[in-house]
Amino acid sequence: MILIYLIGILTFGSALTLLSGQLNKGLPKWFALLTLLSGFVVLLVFWISNYKEVSLQSTNTWITEYYHNWIPAFGISFHLAMDGLSLLMLLLTFFMGILAVLCSWTEIIERVSFYYFNLLWILAGITGVFIAMDLFLFYFFWEVMLIPMYFLIGIWGSANREYAAYKFFIFTQASGLLMFLSILALYFIHGQNTGIYTFDYFDLLGTQVSPTVAFWLMLGFLIAFAVKLPVVPFHSWLPDAHTEAPTAGSLILAGLLLKTGAYGILRFVLPLFPRASIEIAPWAILLGVIGIIYGAILAYSQTDLKRLIAYTSVSHMGFVMLGIFSFNEFAFQGVVMQLITHAISTGALFLLAGMLKERLHTRDINQMGGLWTSMPKMGVIAMVFVMASLGLPGLGNFVAEFLILLGGFKVHVVLTSIAALGLVFSAMYALRIMQKVFLGPNVNLETAFSAKTDLPDFSLRELLVMGSLSICILWLGLNPQPIIDTVKPMINGLQEIYASPIITQNVK
Amino acid sequence: MLSADDFLVLSPIILLAASSVVVMLLISLKLSHRMIQVCSLILFAVSFASLFFIQNLLPYYVEPLLVIDRFSVFIMGLIIFSGMVVSVFSYIYFEEKEESPKEYYVLLFLCTLGACILAISENFISLFLGLEILTVGLYALIAYLRGRHHNIEAGTKYLILAAFSSSFLLFGMALMYLQTGGMEFSSIASSLRKELELPPLFLTGFGMLLVGLGFKLAVVPFHMWTADVYQGAPTPVTAFIASASKAAVLAVLFRFLLQIDGFRFKLILLIIICIAVASMLIGNILSLQQRNVKRILAYSSIAHLGYLMVAFLPGNEMSIRAVSFYLTAYVITTLTAFGIMIVLSAKDDDAEDIESYRGLFWQRPELACILTASLLSLAGIPLTAGFVGKFYILASGVAAGFWVIALILVLSSVIGLYYYLRIITTMFSGTKPSVTTEARQHPFYYMLSLMVLSGLTILIVWFGVSPAGLMHFVNDFGLT
Repeated sequence: MILIYLIGILTFGSALTLLSGQLNKGLPKWFALLTLLSGFVVLLVFWISNYKEVSLQSTNTWITEYYHNWIPAFGISFHLAMDGLSLLMLLLTFFMGILAVLCSWTEIIERVSFYYFNLLWILAGITGVFIAMDLFLFYFFWEVMLIPMYFLIGIWGSANREYAAYKFFIFTQASGLLMFLSILALYFIHGQNTGIYTFDYFDLLGTQVSPTVAFWLMLGFLIAFAVKLPVVPFHSWLPDAHTEAPTAGSLILAGLLLKTGAYGILRFVLPLFPRASIEIAPWAILLGVIGIIYGAILAYSQTDLKRLIAYTSVSHMGFVMLGIFSFNEFAFQGVVMQLITHAISTGALFLLAGMLKERLHTRDINQMGGLWTSMPKMGVIAMVFVMASLGLPGLGNFVAEFLILLGGFKVHVVLTSIAALGLVFSAMYALRIMQKVFLGPNVNLETAFSAKTDLPDFSLRELLVMGSLSICILWLGLNPQPIIDTVKPMINGLQEIYASPIITQNVK
Repeated sequence: MLSADDFLVLSPIILLAASSVVVMLLISLKLSHRMIQVCSLILFAVSFASLFFIQNLLPYYVEPLLVIDRFSVFIMGLIIFSGMVVSVFSYIYFEEKEESPKEYYVLLFLCTLGACILAISENFISLFLGLEILTVGLYALIAYLRGRHHNIEAGTKYLILAAFSSSFLLFGMALMYLQTGGMEFSSIASSLRKELELPPLFLTGFGMLLVGLGFKLAVVPFHMWTADVYQGAPTPVTAFIASASKAAVLAVLFRFLLQIDGFRFKLILLIIICIAVASMLIGNILSLQQRNVKRILAYSSIAHLGYLMVAFLPGNEMSIRAVSFYLTAYVITTLTAFGIMIVLSAKDDDAEDIESYRGLFWQRPELACILTASLLSLAGIPLTAGFVGKFYILASGVAAGFWVIALILVLSSVIGLYYYLRIITTMFSGTKPSVTTEARQHPFYYMLSLMVLSGLTILIVWFGVSPAGLMHFVNDFGLT
């Protein structure tokens, strides 16, 4: 029931924000916040009360399930289910959602009710993606989150927003349709094999597909997820979308939308097409490693703060690719950690960029400098997340990247070593952020903003947001065990598929 | 001799024909435009309702011309429904522009009648009869606003091309008759059944038939007239051409192909594939650069007809369902899009330019939302009927193994996304000083149009979210 509740409350809340906006412009944000808080609390309580059951020696990886017929003529059902991975992703979704509402609190002053309506719709779509266990339903949710995101970028974005919104939409839609074709093909192949036409994930698992066909089908899925992730040749929508989106948009893009790509690979590509995945693995890892280095180099050369952070995402998501296609437990655990810690650390950096923009009205780091003296609290927090981004031990990202490299090293020594070099590059771009923005002489600032030398530091709301993020990243760095325990059953399941000799032998 | 049952089963057709006469008589009584409109609305509703009374008699043959089965009743329903919706929208539009808009309704009834005859014809003679009733009515309707030169241009263009294509059609029918010795689809089918290879004479005839019907459907390469006629014709008439007239021609072509089992022959299959692929690609590519919304919708309708042709290909039960479902989605969506355009039209400006939609969302949110829903449905985005329709077509194509075609459909619909999004983006960006259109001066019809539009939008979303009902309905169709 919790699954229906989560989707229900988001759609209900979105309707409420839209209607309440007619009465009073101040109401929608409160309704949005309440909706997300209630969802988050319910999830948190659920996690804590079921912690024993969820984690460790659980034989059944699925915690809860909901089933309802939708379009029986085609074997399409409204099938939702949740395992450890979904649970963590949902927690992340609602947490990020709350932050997104809080960071829009004063930033969004126009068309408020429609803004929060879109925000909640995106979150509803993402929630659906993380729990849909019917491939048609999955695709449905996958598309549902696009349109409100398109509006969010296109209406409330900055100068070049329309171009960015188009690019985002067309990239994701085109790749999504390829996935849809693959889903259809799988549906018919399964139907012809067994006589049962169904889109249900659990039925389609283990469908007998000839190797060449499986490879193409896998590619259809993989491209959709690779565009979302993004993997290097498909990444070009990301810097534009991140840069032009409003702060909450960037936060959701970096924190959640990219994660749906990784989730999709873990949930669908690997279990549905094990052999084909092993075949493509070297190439996928190669692209991942190229992404790590390429993203880092491009991040270093940006002058637009948001664009810089966007490219660091490309680099971090390269690690995800490396981890997923190493097919071992360390790497898988690292990937899940990376998804969560990247959402928090990069999300925080985007929030900082948004706050700076609200104060300075620019994103150009050449026009910033020496801000530590005027805003010491922001400086300290920025230091925490910059350090997290470069992988400082003690913070969450270190655990994630370390596990991925550990897992990857067992399989591909050379590529993993090159990926490890990425950490050096990340130190370069990360320190450059600190140096350009917060350290150095305050000269630029005084000339450009002489009228207002006294910039306001964090407000209470901002301190709350950034403080909670800092606590999270520290907690994840010092005590990652709950996360590891929660996804363990799911990862063991994956592990079993790839450890079985039948699959590994048949690949030359 | 016609029996009583014949009369009963033909009642929708007879009612439509009688309606046109009744309206003509009412005009001679010098009733006001509003009275005429209300009467024709009622008459449309009566003919639509009569469809429900003949359900028990199906399938029914009126030898040798007509066949009335569930599929054709369904198509007739779509056609009469479109006629009814168009007549609601027409009031405001014509009241503003024309001093004597009453005869318009007579013509609308005649066109609807022609389209319905096409939908139930099972013989070349009735096919030609229906087609000519439809087309002759359309000549007049397209050029109805005779004061404006766009209309005259469009009317002339349509007249010349339609007459030209009709002659092709006639010659094609003659050739096929020569080969098979029958005018009925069933007798053509039985004479073809013996053939393993397609007889060349028949092929030539079929090609000419395709030229004739292709012009009416506006599929590539017979699409040249579409954009000009769409743009030039009064917007309600454009809506009628895009929905009812295409549905009717498509239905009869589909019936013909299925009845003669045309997909058995590689060559016919190849021809249909080429037309479908060319329509999808060229339709979508040509609309990329348009700045006129009517022209955009014209080119997009070419692409949609291409998608529908893809649904033809499997030639089995599945394609009947896919065609029916997609056609329903397409008709409803097209009517909605044109309906918004009509409501926004002013006395001497048809709300064609994309710029006239700038900032619409902030001035008339209800209209902008409805248009957005219909455009998203045309683009095939989930939560709308268009998505389920596209899914149906892809499913039927993939099931029959038409992989490459499915891929082309997907890619071309991505191209299509761009121009639909452009209209939506325009509505959401910028602000323009609010313009009050004349629609506001007719509060009753403005409300009525809005109600119809909202109803259509609810249908679009309903079929997108819960398509099981319509699918169940469509699943019973089978050609006899």
